[in-house]
Amino acid sequence: MKQRNNIGTWIGFVLIMVWCLLPVVWIISLSFKSVEETAGGSPQFLPKDPTLDNYRDILSNGDFLAALRNSFGIALIATFLAVVFATLAAYAIARLEFKGKRLVLSLALAIAMFPVVSLVGPLFDMWRTFGLFNTWPGLVIPYMSFTLPLAIWTLTAFFREIPWEMEQAAQVDGATSWQAFRKVIVPLAAPGVFTAAILTFFFAWNEFVLAISLTSTTGSRTVPAQLSYFVGPDPFNPPYGQLATASVVVTVPIIVIVLLFQRKIVAGLTSGAVKG
Amino acid sequence: MAAIEMKNIVKQYGDGFPAVNDVSIDVEDGEFLILVGPSGCGKSTLLRMIVGLEDITDGDMVIGGKKVNDLAPRERNLSMVFQNYALYPHLTVYENIAFPLRLAGKSDSEVDEKVREASKTLELDEHLERKPGNLSGGQRQRVAMGRAIVRDAEAFLFDEPLSNLDAKLRGQMRTEISRLQKRLGITTVYVTHDQTEAMTLGDRVAVLKRGVLQQHATPRELYENPANLFVAGFIGSPPMNFLPAKVDGNRVELPFGTVTIPEDRAAKAQGKDLLIAGIRPEHFEDASVVDSDKVTDEATFKATVDVVEWLGNEAYAYIPFEAPDEVRKQLAQLEKDLDGESLRTQLVVSLDGASRISEGDEATIWVDARKIHLFDPATGENLTIDADNAGIIPGGNAMAKAEEVGKEQDEVKPSAESSAT
Repeated sequence: MKQRNNIGTWIGFVLIMVWCLLPVVWIISLSFKSVEETAGGSPQFLPKDPTLDNYRDILSNGDFLAALRNSFGIALIATFLAVVFATLAAYAIARLEFKGKRLVLSLALAIAMFPVVSLVGPLFDMWRTFGLFNTWPGLVIPYMSFTLPLAIWTLTAFFREIPWEMEQAAQVDGATSWQAFRKVIVPLAAPGVFTAAILTFFFAWNEFVLAISLTSTTGSRTVPAQLSYFVGPDPFNPPYGQLATASVVVTVPIIVIVLLFQRKIVAGLTSGAVKG
Repeated sequence: MAAIEMKNIVKQYGDGFPAVNDVSIDVEDGEFLILVGPSGCGKSTLLRMIVGLEDITDGDMVIGGKKVNDLAPRERNLSMVFQNYALYPHLTVYENIAFPLRLAGKSDSEVDEKVREASKTLELDEHLERKPGNLSGGQRQRVAMGRAIVRDAEAFLFDEPLSNLDAKLRGQMRTEISRLQKRLGITTVYVTHDQTEAMTLGDRVAVLKRGVLQQHATPRELYENPANLFVAGFIGSPPMNFLPAKVDGNRVELPFGTVTIPEDRAAKAQGKDLLIAGIRPEHFEDASVVDSDKVTDEATFKATVDVVEWLGNEAYAYIPFEAPDEVRKQLAQLEKDLDGESLRTQLVVSLDGASRISEGDEATIWVDARKIHLFDPATGENLTIDADNAGIIPGGNAMAKAEEVGKEQDEVKPSAESSAT
């Protein structure tokens, strides 16, 4: 009985892995193929003649590098601001009794439910008037706003888990409110802060609709938007190899971050759910 | 080190819940004071007002001659041990103990010296580099105490520090706390609902009910001269027996028979119809093991024993009796106030271990009539109190006042559980 269960588990596991990872492997494989091969009409799974040309081209492509820089800059700034604001807001929501607390929380949720697309038009007009169109802040602000609700909700759950006494003990021990927050509460909420930071970073890194609508040059265009301009000289022969390579290059930072913070995220995602 | 004076302290929560009502307690320099009472009696709230974690609605809190009502906790220089210890899980034991010193900006060498000293006192030396999560309950408790003693605080405050430990460890830690306090000679306020802790640790004990001070006295005074029914029922284990009684001259009529009490006691209880007699279990004895010159008809009665619990050194015999409705109602209410549940009115009698009385026997029981207290069933007041040896009993009728406050509390919050922490 146990044996059969094991086999079943493994079959299921393999199926899911194939389902999820096959496209990724396909992209990676594509990135090592030459133009001749991708245009050849009878593509095989593994590259016949692996080449690093695509990587060389992509990394010497000024537009792509500019977009990569924009992506990093915008995503990091948006993440940083979102986490700072969310930490302060969540702390207030978890600890203080004030009027309109539920309103703040439900409003935050409402923002999260708002479809991004419906805001593109108004934002486009506003940003042009304010001179924010095609600038870093023009993307940082909406990214931050859209990720704040999730970050606030995640962090509120974390702060609620931290016993009040912890902070009171710190105060009795001689800490000011700010010292208690910084030396006791923030370290304890670190898994939550990491979780919120990573979720925010993912959103900002992957976002496409706003990135393409609110930018016009490589001065502030991010990688997802920039990729849509990779059409190549021949409309009938898109540079599949280069697109795949670019995709691989933008995925790498995400994978690195996830691996770096894997333990923290797992701890973060579960500790919110089950009381330790 | 400092004396703590509470003058007419009142705590009313935002929703109108009156948690602490006009409590005045003086804690002398170096004294060990216990705040005791059933859950929801406001003892923790009072402690938190001393340390500054709760605002004081009215009254003065004076520590070391200085009014501290409006000072933040960190400006009061008190140290506190919390019920759940409140250790910082991300710091090692060493850093936990060092935390107050680091906040005070002490030099590394001074921090090290003080932490080592505290850890030696509490035998934590081998655990200094571990995190609180890897420690046992008793060890955590000691770390929390280490954090309290490491700096020179004006006073120690303990909020039910032993309630999370198992019985054996609790006994050991109790002794440890007592020894530590005696050695350091520092003013201590200790909150508990455990009357064993209250009796053994305290120089003086303040009994609270529904945020009203009932009596503030030494453990012995509380035990021998309880101010009212509530204190009498709360202090002592097994609790004092309450029986309906009628006084005629110096003869008291109990459900089992009539006994003679000393004249001076009887005099205080004249002119009342129905009274409640309070007799501690150990003031009864199996007549057959008592010296024969003590046993007189005046002080013995015959009763059928329902259950006997033999413990070796002593035995508890249970004798059910019928009480008039008036008394029964009062006793049931009292039982509820004491966090208990009364199933039947019964007498608990503590017998000598040598007694041969067994279940179902009709036994002859001797009662030490000199130790009988008589309470007024309407107000709960102890009529036979020896006021010179009863510590401080607040003026007015504390028990009736607590009753009123209780009604008020129930109106605000039907369950009255909020201040139970």
